[in-house]
Amino acid sequence: MTTIRKRFAVPQRVLHWLMAICILSMLFIGVGMVSTAAPKYLTLVQIHKPLGIAILTLALIRLALRIYYGSPSLPADLPEPMKLAAYLSQVILYALMIGMPLIGWGMLSAASYPVVLFGSVYLPPILPVSASLHTLLWHAHYYLAFAFFALILLHVAAILFHKLIRRDGVFETMAPVLTHDYSE
Amino acid sequence: MAQSPLSPGQLPVARLAIIAAVVGVAAVAFAYTAGWLSPHRLTPAKLVASLAPPGGPALGHRRNHAKGICFTGTFEANGNGSALSKAKVFVPGHYPVVGRFNLATADPNAADAMVRVRGLGIRIIPPDGQEWRSAMIDAPIFPVSTLQGFYDLQTAAGTKNPEAMKKFIATHPEFLSFVGWAKSAPWTGSYAEERYNSLDSFLFIDGYGAKHPIRWSLLPAAQPVPISPDELAKRGPDFLEQEITQRVAAGPQRWSLVITVANPGDPTADPNKAWPADRRTVEVGTLTVQQIEPERDGPCRDINYDPTVLPAGMATSDDPFPAARSAAYSRSFNSRTAEAKYYPGTETGARQ
Repeated sequence: MTTIRKRFAVPQRVLHWLMAICILSMLFIGVGMVSTAAPKYLTLVQIHKPLGIAILTLALIRLALRIYYGSPSLPADLPEPMKLAAYLSQVILYALMIGMPLIGWGMLSAASYPVVLFGSVYLPPILPVSASLHTLLWHAHYYLAFAFFALILLHVAAILFHKLIRRDGVFETMAPVLTHDYSE
Repeated sequence: MAQSPLSPGQLPVARLAIIAAVVGVAAVAFAYTAGWLSPHRLTPAKLVASLAPPGGPALGHRRNHAKGICFTGTFEANGNGSALSKAKVFVPGHYPVVGRFNLATADPNAADAMVRVRGLGIRIIPPDGQEWRSAMIDAPIFPVSTLQGFYDLQTAAGTKNPEAMKKFIATHPEFLSFVGWAKSAPWTGSYAEERYNSLDSFLFIDGYGAKHPIRWSLLPAAQPVPISPDELAKRGPDFLEQEITQRVAAGPQRWSLVITVANPGDPTADPNKAWPADRRTVEVGTLTVQQIEPERDGPCRDINYDPTVLPAGMATSDDPFPAARSAAYSRSFNSRTAEAKYYPGTETGARQ
């Protein structure tokens, strides 16, 4: 798209906020389930798997939308290091949104666990059964989850910095609704 | 743009504080969910650590039921189970099984005569791929009624203080009925002569959607021959594995799988409480063990016999133990598979 956009397209904004809820839920469920042996452990695990596949699906759709619609350009006066940080954080967020569910799926496959979405709906294994592969993916899944959450905190801090300190309209590019003192 | 940037000289302390507060609250909520702020939470990590002997766990091995041997065989369903559960595993047919005989000890080198409780793990794979995994033991009841009780038992047994066990029994009197079994039930000299029980209750869901609270047991075809622990000790520390290897080589060993259906009001949530002996039972098929393989390179080695891996048609009940076992087994599995170098396979390329 060659037209200059001030905001992300509506489908992009809808997906962003939907996925924000999904991913935050996912990270809390993940860190919560591995720290409990109560009956809710099973409930959390049963949510974790289909939610992960839902995030993978939404992330792929979102990537396609991003390629199709592009994104609004950052303010011209934004310092170069901040532009670079914004670019890199987006690349890493996309990599994690797509990578984490695949790593989880692969990890279950390598451990020879059935991947149950719900009821009788199973996903096929995507990797051979292997203890070493499982170990690698399990460590990746575990540590990347904390990195993912840290990056989201950074993302929130950065967008609030744009909104509250710089007041440069970057928040409004993805805002679900526009505040009264901002218009396109 | 309607808003204007703050002037450079203005220090937006209040606004920075808002940002710090938002990030801080989110981080604290995450830490709380992870259990970092709740040192008393009974986590899978604490449960598994409580099983370890004083010198630490045997690296590369299961954290409990560490001594074991693999088997392969079949489960032949006779069709009777379909009245209770729509699971495909009960449709008449032969389904492949990978299982494991084991001893309830954290020490993979424990002498057979030192371990009171024996177990059997089983993984049945029907053609639709909906696996049924189960880990059973030969005791008729579980030692305790609650997860906290299990943790307290491990903690008390792990201390050198003799008062600790007395204190444990005072607060968990149900343990005495398990002790009664352990002291009075005859030992046998073979894995093939044991009855293995699910202990935990589960729900079977039939084709109409009705839920039946059940437990199951594997009843041996072999006649149990009582033997004293002293006599077992004389036969050698690894007699059970040698015996089952020779026995199965001479001929397949069989168990019948029997489902016991609870009556309303039976204690489904407490595996320490046996159900009355007159409860309806349904024999649903036969387990045949056809081949024994050492664990080191065997097909059971890297399988987690997680009792919550259930096909459609089966579900967990109000018994809290399967969830706790799933959480703890997962922790044990993640640890031991990462420690494979401490328990290397012998066949080239058998294990990656």
